[in-house]
Amino acid sequence: MVQTIQEQPAPPPQAAPEVVKSLRDHGALPQWRLMWRQFRRHRLALIGLVVLVPIYFVAVFSGFFAPAASDSAHTSLPYAPPQRVHLSTEHGLFVYGYSSTRSQETFEQTFTVDRSKIVDVGLFVRGDEYKVLGLIPSDIHLIGPTTKGEPFFLLGADQSGRDLLSRLIHGAKVSLSIGLVGVAASFVLGILIGGISGYFGGPVDNAIQRVIEFIMSIPTLPLWMALSAALPNSWGPLTRYFAITVILSLIGWTGLARDVRGRFLSLREEDFVMAARLDGVGQRGIIVGHMVPSFASHIIASVSMAVPRMILGETSLSFLGLGLQAPAVSWGVLLEGAQNIRAVATAPWLLTPGLAVVVVVLAMNFVGDGLRDAADPYK
Amino acid sequence: MLRFLARRLLWMAITLAAISFVTFVVIKLPPGDYTTTVIANAEARGQDIPDSQIAELKRHYGLDKPFLVQYWTWISGVVLHGDLGQSFAWNQSVASLIGNRVMLSILLSIGSLLFVWSIAFPIGIYSALRQYSPGDYVASFLGFIGMAVPEFMLALVMMWIGFRYFGQSVGGLFSPEYADAAWNLGKLLDLISHLWVPIVVVGVAGTAGLIRITRANLLDELHRPYVATARAKGLPEWKLLLKYPVRMSLSPFFSTVGWLLPGLISGETIVSVVMSLPTSGPLLLGAVRSQDMYLVGSFVLILSALTVIGTMLSDLALAWWDPRIRHRLSKG
Repeated sequence: MVQTIQEQPAPPPQAAPEVVKSLRDHGALPQWRLMWRQFRRHRLALIGLVVLVPIYFVAVFSGFFAPAASDSAHTSLPYAPPQRVHLSTEHGLFVYGYSSTRSQETFEQTFTVDRSKIVDVGLFVRGDEYKVLGLIPSDIHLIGPTTKGEPFFLLGADQSGRDLLSRLIHGAKVSLSIGLVGVAASFVLGILIGGISGYFGGPVDNAIQRVIEFIMSIPTLPLWMALSAALPNSWGPLTRYFAITVILSLIGWTGLARDVRGRFLSLREEDFVMAARLDGVGQRGIIVGHMVPSFASHIIASVSMAVPRMILGETSLSFLGLGLQAPAVSWGVLLEGAQNIRAVATAPWLLTPGLAVVVVVLAMNFVGDGLRDAADPYK
Repeated sequence: MLRFLARRLLWMAITLAAISFVTFVVIKLPPGDYTTTVIANAEARGQDIPDSQIAELKRHYGLDKPFLVQYWTWISGVVLHGDLGQSFAWNQSVASLIGNRVMLSILLSIGSLLFVWSIAFPIGIYSALRQYSPGDYVASFLGFIGMAVPEFMLALVMMWIGFRYFGQSVGGLFSPEYADAAWNLGKLLDLISHLWVPIVVVGVAGTAGLIRITRANLLDELHRPYVATARAKGLPEWKLLLKYPVRMSLSPFFSTVGWLLPGLISGETIVSVVMSLPTSGPLLLGAVRSQDMYLVGSFVLILSALTVIGTMLSDLALAWWDPRIRHRLSKG
């Protein structure tokens, strides 16, 4: 469909000037420019992109942006409430420290802001060590207490007195990448199997479609649960991460394969495929050179809708304690700490990882919507 | 039509058989079996179980037999005697253990489905008819939010609000005084007064999705020539809308009912764990963790059966709703 329009002959000179202009516009611009133009018109998708890019940037350089390491704990300050950053001429940037009292009756610890304790805060301070991109060792943090080890909880602390903001930023790395890796895996599976199904048709197609229907008819979550419970506990965090990704994409590829197959079936009958065949182009040449480019944009758009679903899947599994497990940090693992409603009642900030999930998934859905509109810029 | 039905039923049986086998394989995947859990529990208590006793346990549960024999024992029991096997952990028959819970799961899912339909259709139709109106924007925005919020998050927030501002726990499906009581009118009313929270929580994601689908479908139909024809004939606008484009736009919806069902069941599972509802979710989670294999197997089998039947019903409903499909089916 794309090719047919691109290969149109130049318009006859007697055509109305504005028609010539619009046709020349469409003919002269490469496809990706046209798509970008269409994408820009989708206001919400742009907003989504503007939200996502910085979040991914922070996740990549999590060590620098997080004030502390994910496991550094102030065991005397469990569930310490969030601090506010103050600015004064005397101290510069600072936060107030905590003083804690233990209730005589319930032995519950309560924290109050202690205005006599002042924790100096600075930019580009030295703190916990980390490795930039896992390679270059460093200990510079964007923001943090100037004296290493002072409490600094912009989003409050969790049950072991660990900074929730730092853990949120470290967890973003896993939560945000698992969707991409998982989608990449289901992308390969979906294109391959869907392509085979659509190109060959007949009994092969029939068999593959039955298998897809079969996978789709198993309720997702129970299957995920059973599969992740099958992972041995002895596996390290990295192995577990990949295993979870495989489990998520094992089910995710089916929708994509159906999409690819549908496109193949409709494209097989298109004139430009026939033309290529008459031209003596081989089967592989037709598929790779002619068919794949013309539906790639659609596939990318539908893939982009699968990323947020995978993020939600990982979060749900980890929340149930079946996905990633501590000491690994992901947003789902962090939310596991919020499973107890009493903990949430004393420390509502435990729900902030959930807020992060909602924001990211929302932004991704918007971007996916925009991509879908932009996938066919000739409309 | 009859041939179609027979073919579908046959296909359904094959699917279920395949699902049961795959489930069994998945349950057997983890290293060890139920006795591993028993040993781990005993060690946690500081006890030691002699090997002979473990072997006795294995023999008792039939775990020492080859894989295919175990599968055959279970599946032949299910098919021939309706016997779902024994739960190791609960030492009860699976059927008695999950009977009540599955009923509550179904009740919850059906309640959510009705909730989803009654909210999503009017809103979806409204947003399509008044495209780009403030109402449409609000509906679209809420729809996007609804799709982005994980069910358990919504459940947590609802419980937190209930706990914080109304001083009561929203979890559970019954008040304490009714929890173990026999069924009567009071218990039923009590159930209904508790059930609406999980119904809303489970239904929100589905509602959001369905609003988007209804809106998109109806927008595709609204500018078709047949709508202009009907308008030109002088049909009253509302009658015209309901009779033609709205009806057409519901066809794709019928075909997705089947897929909606597993979604509701999955949502129900996780919400039930969070809100500690006495439905199938928490029991399934516990069984998955302790490798209580006949319990897990029967669960997945029942849930899959529901899904497969739901898909079939949705196909039948589609044929009933859309004369074009009926026509195609009767031709071959």
